[in-house]
Amino acid sequence: MSAIAVQATPAPAPAPARKRRGKKLERVNPLVYVVAWLLVGVCIGPVAFIVLGGLRTNSQITMDPSGFPTTWEWGNYASVLNSSMFWQQAANSAICGIATTIGVVILGVMASFVLARYDFKAQPAMYSLFAAGLMFPMTVAITPLYILIKNLGLMNSLAGIILPQVAFALPTTIIILVPFLRAIPKELEEAASIDGASRLGFFFRMVVPLSIPGVVTVGILAFVASWNSYMLPLFILNDEAMYTLPLGVQSFASQYSVDTARVLAFTSLSMIPALIFFSLFERRIVGGLTGAVKG
Amino acid sequence: MSDSQGENALATTPSPAGRSAAGDDAVTAPPPVRRRTRRTDWRKHAEIALLGGPAIIVFVAFVIFPVVMAAYYGFFKWKGYGAPTDFVGLENYVTILQDTTFHEALMHNGFIVVMSLVLQGPAAVILALLLNRKIRGRSLIRVLIFVPYVVSEVIVGTGWSLMLQTTGAVNGFLEKIGLEGWAVDWLSDPDVAIWSLMLIITWKYVGFAVILFLAGLQSIPEELHEAAAIDGASYWQTQRRITLPLLGPTLRIWAFLSIIGSLQLFDLVYIIWGQYVSATAGTSTMATYMVLNGRNAGNYGFGNAVAVVLFIISLVIALTYQRFVLRRDTEGALTEGKK
Repeated sequence: MSAIAVQATPAPAPAPARKRRGKKLERVNPLVYVVAWLLVGVCIGPVAFIVLGGLRTNSQITMDPSGFPTTWEWGNYASVLNSSMFWQQAANSAICGIATTIGVVILGVMASFVLARYDFKAQPAMYSLFAAGLMFPMTVAITPLYILIKNLGLMNSLAGIILPQVAFALPTTIIILVPFLRAIPKELEEAASIDGASRLGFFFRMVVPLSIPGVVTVGILAFVASWNSYMLPLFILNDEAMYTLPLGVQSFASQYSVDTARVLAFTSLSMIPALIFFSLFERRIVGGLTGAVKG
Repeated sequence: MSDSQGENALATTPSPAGRSAAGDDAVTAPPPVRRRTRRTDWRKHAEIALLGGPAIIVFVAFVIFPVVMAAYYGFFKWKGYGAPTDFVGLENYVTILQDTTFHEALMHNGFIVVMSLVLQGPAAVILALLLNRKIRGRSLIRVLIFVPYVVSEVIVGTGWSLMLQTTGAVNGFLEKIGLEGWAVDWLSDPDVAIWSLMLIITWKYVGFAVILFLAGLQSIPEELHEAAAIDGASYWQTQRRITLPLLGPTLRIWAFLSIIGSLQLFDLVYIIWGQYVSATAGTSTMATYMVLNGRNAGNYGFGNAVAVVLFIISLVIALTYQRFVLRRDTEGALTEGKK
């Protein structure tokens, strides 16, 4: 089974290539290292400012805004972790993220299977419909979308966030998954049909398990996008207890603008899940992008 | 707009319809053994409807339908309650096109589009080339470079607006290294603010470009570099003559994503400069104009008209770009499919 799964991956090239390259570490100009780590410093610096700032006191921050913590103040983090509002908003974010991911994966795998393995007249039109959706992020649709959600009576509810997010994540999902499902060898389908499986049986028994690697990629992308999303919750949610973390960070930052250290602690705690997910699955996501770029 | 420059990554498919049409028969034609009867045909269509239907319904209801409704609402003066009745024709559009605030926002968007390409493109190519070499700790460096892209716009906005205050960390740091002359009012000085915005945008999105280019670089066969080395080409000659041309498709797709993302920029500006300051600081965009004069002012008819203008501008630019720049890649994909 695992051998087949590897075969079905659209971008299997990078992994062996990396191994081959790793064997002969070429001699590289030390300057390359200097530039590379300088760049890392620039990328990490502001994030470090946020995380370390949460460990300082406000007077330290005022005296020397760009300094390191002189004493380690865990109180800011502790007070955020003890506030029920933080956990409430983290739970809202988690519910939205998980529900969006599940919805996108289920609808996306089914639609991609149709697009990849059925031969029907409207197939190119259906593909174009979803591909066109890529060109237009939520910004364009947000005003009428807000009215639609209001008319559906979903204002200030998490369902009002989840449904549009599923819809807007579908194009990406389908574009990644279709080449993935096409790569499943035809022989497998023939073998399944000889063994008496219908096309639907083939879908549930073979395609669903084989598409797990691609599903992980689209799932992570959908989850992180949902976790970070700002514009839609800004329009739909108006009660602090329903806020997701991005809105929570913003309202916390304006409410406690004097207490910079606590704002920084709140901010750094709210970015942890997205960071963990991404660093765990970085290779897979880059692999997914590679497959899509090769298209 | 957390998804703006990101997952759209996959807009990559330059030729949705064409490619699938070309490649399809080979892949999905049913085995010749199975005779097509009316029964299996009916069954096939039921399966297609069952599997594809839900996605299409959700997508049309929450993506296509709102955009269509925006075109309708845009002709009304409407506060968002009840059905719109006060039909005003093109009045909203005339107001938008004559409003100097909108012109300014449009100019800012244009500036951001151009500067994003100019600042991020070359930097990302150089960095990707650098990181494509076999250096120690390469995978760790890659993960760390990706961090700004993963952190949400709200966190980036909150963090940077604290750091860029006049008494913030950036000015403090400049003072420490003896450059106190460079310390300025990063956020409210109209001459500086848009450059601060570009700094933040570059910081946040350059990692994404690097990762995309690295992915493109890895698909270039190593044999080409070896052959060039045998022919006596230097490292930089190889990069210029072999790598860059072969990276072309990836570069063009990245530029497309960057342009669309820049046109729709909302989150960062709205978070850092808030509702009212963005116009005076010279960082307003079409999207912040839309939210400010539409939803926040309670003029939903007007807000929808702005959305339509934003949509049309993006659509025209996207189609033009696809027609003239991505066409080469599309042709490549098509011929490849026919082989």
